[in-house]
Amino acid sequence: MYNLLIGGAAGQGIETTAAILEKFLKRSGYHVLTIRDFMSRVRGGHNFSLIRFGTEPIRSHSDRLDGIIALDDETVHEHRDQLNETGFILGDSKLSATDDRLIKVDMAGMAKELGNPRVSGIIAVGILLKMFGETLDGAEDVLGTFVKQQYLQINQKALEQGYAIAEKRYEHLDGKYSGWMLISGNHAVALGAVAAGLRFYSAYPMSPSTSILETLAALGDEAGVVVEQAEDEIAAINMAIGASYAGARAMTGTSGGGFSLMVEALGLSGMAEIPLVVIDVQRPGPVTGLPTRTEQSDLRFVISASQGEFPRMVIALRNQEDAFYQTMRAFHLAEAYQIPVILLSDQYLGDATATVEPFDPTRIRVADPASSYDGEDEYLRYRYSEDGISPRLIPGKTKHLVAIDSDEHDERGWITESAEVRTKMVDKRMKKIEGFRRELLEPDMIGPEDFDTLLLGWGSTWGPIAEAVRLLNQKGQGRYAALVFGDVYPLPQKLLKEKAAQAKRLINVEQNATGQLAGLIREETGIVCTDSVLKYDGRQISAEEIAARIRKEGAK
Amino acid sequence: MSTETFCTYETAWCPGCGNFMILECLKTALEQMGKEPSEVLVAAGIGQAAKTPQYINANAFCGLHGRALPAAVAAKMANEKLTVIVNTGDGDSYGEGGNHFIHNIRRNIDIAHFVHDNQIYGLTKGQASPTSVIGLVTGVQTDGNFNEPLNPALVAIACGAGFVARGFTGHKEQLISLMKQAIAYQGYALVDILQPCVSFNKTNTFAWYNARVYELDESYDRQNKAAAMQKALEFGDKIPIGVLYHEEKSTYHQKSEVLKQGVPLLDRKTDPALMKRLIASYI
Ligand SMILES: Cc1ncc(C[n+]2csc(CCOP(=O)(O)OP(=O)(O)O)c2C)c(N)n1
Ligand code: SF4
Ligand SMILES: [Mg+2]
Repeated sequence: MYNLLIGGAAGQGIETTAAILEKFLKRSGYHVLTIRDFMSRVRGGHNFSLIRFGTEPIRSHSDRLDGIIALDDETVHEHRDQLNETGFILGDSKLSATDDRLIKVDMAGMAKELGNPRVSGIIAVGILLKMFGETLDGAEDVLGTFVKQQYLQINQKALEQGYAIAEKRYEHLDGKYSGWMLISGNHAVALGAVAAGLRFYSAYPMSPSTSILETLAALGDEAGVVVEQAEDEIAAINMAIGASYAGARAMTGTSGGGFSLMVEALGLSGMAEIPLVVIDVQRPGPVTGLPTRTEQSDLRFVISASQGEFPRMVIALRNQEDAFYQTMRAFHLAEAYQIPVILLSDQYLGDATATVEPFDPTRIRVADPASSYDGEDEYLRYRYSEDGISPRLIPGKTKHLVAIDSDEHDERGWITESAEVRTKMVDKRMKKIEGFRRELLEPDMIGPEDFDTLLLGWGSTWGPIAEAVRLLNQKGQGRYAALVFGDVYPLPQKLLKEKAAQAKRLINVEQNATGQLAGLIREETGIVCTDSVLKYDGRQISAEEIAARIRKEGAK
Repeated sequence: MSTETFCTYETAWCPGCGNFMILECLKTALEQMGKEPSEVLVAAGIGQAAKTPQYINANAFCGLHGRALPAAVAAKMANEKLTVIVNTGDGDSYGEGGNHFIHNIRRNIDIAHFVHDNQIYGLTKGQASPTSVIGLVTGVQTDGNFNEPLNPALVAIACGAGFVARGFTGHKEQLISLMKQAIAYQGYALVDILQPCVSFNKTNTFAWYNARVYELDESYDRQNKAAAMQKALEFGDKIPIGVLYHEEKSTYHQKSEVLKQGVPLLDRKTDPALMKRLIASYI
């Protein structure tokens, strides 16, 4: 397994360099995981991508580096301590930093000579491919996905020149992942939505959710999806609800700040029973917080957001595969139960690219609204029923009229203040929870059955926790396992109760300061975590850090 | 009330309220245009005016205070075959929903927006609205409103609306005609309707409006934007009613790559072959 860091200032092209390199490595068979750490600025600052690759599935990033690609001096200074003794730093001759491990190449000069200073990053990719024993097979195809046709030739040349001047240093390892996908959480969400039949996406740009909006916009024309940039998040969610009411499968996406503005309309989806999928790609709050960084601190907020009481479901995305399949499933649940379904992701997962088996959209069935009403009695949008679900017709697609109201309403959808109707309507809506409770997916159980310490997590810490369990069981005392929740609200309790009863220690691992999952578990089940590993500095916890903090005991 | 297709329901409005006339004109307009109830969507926010969808035999969307427009335009994007009409209050449209008012003019989606402009918050029992006149004393504006009233027609023309009209509940035939023109207009059409609130606005009464309004006649050039803005500014001793501004503009549906293909959005399907290609592009 190898671990590389590409660092530099914003605007220096780290993004493209990393994207091209990771694609080459994945295509040659490696399992690749790339995480992205940026500052909230367009120029300058210090940004980096960490590319980890090997022949076994990679779940977590690591802070121990085999190589650094430094586009500026700061990268060398910031990260040299993480570099292995035998590691290397690849930098431009311009750099003033000194280090025994530093290989300086006049990449800027070479790029200038080629006629475009911007190709120096590609020269670096060429050098790296040679160092790692790769070939340049299929280079044109890889480059073609990232650079415009007219720049293809010069990039190809840059790649070849870099390759030519370098020497092989590492052995190529044979992996079996060349036919797999390399995709970020946000892109996987966009694909999942389209696979589920998304027709309408409205959003207001907000990091780190914006790449969902952009990905959908890029494919919207071809896929038949209206992608609308709303004037604010209140408009975004009300538009999605209006479109869904009228029969177009709809979704909106944002981060915590925008979600705060959407809160009232979330209740409209609940009250009027209009299917809606909302994704909150979390970043550290409160308010503007750390705009481009990661956190899991909106759980308590989204499970209780909006006044009053109504059924909702919250699904935390754990990895890029979840991002695709759970997005599809969210559309199914929203339609089947006529509820809002909230997806929780975060910057780490949204921006990180991972290697996944090609998605199979046929794996998830997505319900459709009723196409006709053939009951003997009058059509009633909110007819009382056994399971609380009433026939949802699409206005204009039937001779029946479809009336919805944010006021409490009767079966027709007309405003009412009757005490009896009010009680029956609340009961009707709440009854739907019983239905989707039966569809809840239990958390992922990771590790051996004979554990004594159980870690509890949710969402994007799935990868780091999974690898931490492996590290902890490799050496050290005790046996470790973990439960990582995807469906998180309502909370699935079966496996939790069973495994918690067996555990001597229960440790919640979360990217927040208050242990929100632990709090929810305590509230719902009375199960109390004995220790916690919490991190809220805006940087994703690694497997090594989890393991180290647990070994250090106390684990506070 | 006379019309049959769009029925008559019991309302919760005060006797003598201008809303009754607006409702009657709306039903008449729809009937005269030969619309079927099932092809009509009447959307609203929250307020007295916003109860209109409950009192008419059509599809009804009573959403959130201030948020009628986003939901209504999106419903039109989802299904272009729906005739979408927003009937809602001045507070709803210009106050709580002010941002949506401006930006949906820019979108130019083919809907009609009928604002029941009583220059007051009716449902919440009489506070100043964005169009309340200076000096209006209310339970909140205890020293009299001293904020400049918004001129909705002027704002709409300035933002690029292609159909801007002002109506009055005392001029029934004209109001029906304005509604029909607004519904027929291809694009966003605003009719700001002067609507007396007998319970809470004791300043802008029926008599107050009636003494001031005059109908724009044939000689008025409704296609001259500068002149239209001048006319819109007239809101004092004399108040012009009629179509203030009219311009043909391309609509959102005509400009959107997805919608211009003519297949209603809700009838489209995701092509499995495209899905395959998208997945392959990440390999
Ligand atoms: C978010 C929110 N804020 C406030 C209210 C209370 N409210 C309901 S209607 C209304 C104003 C109504 O005024 P207008 O839109 O002019 O309608 P009218 O009753 O005059 O027809 C207000 C403030 C609400 N329902 N929702
Ligand atoms: S309060 Fe005013 S606007 Fe509302 S129904 Fe009564 S008269 Fe009409
Ligand atoms: Mg009003």
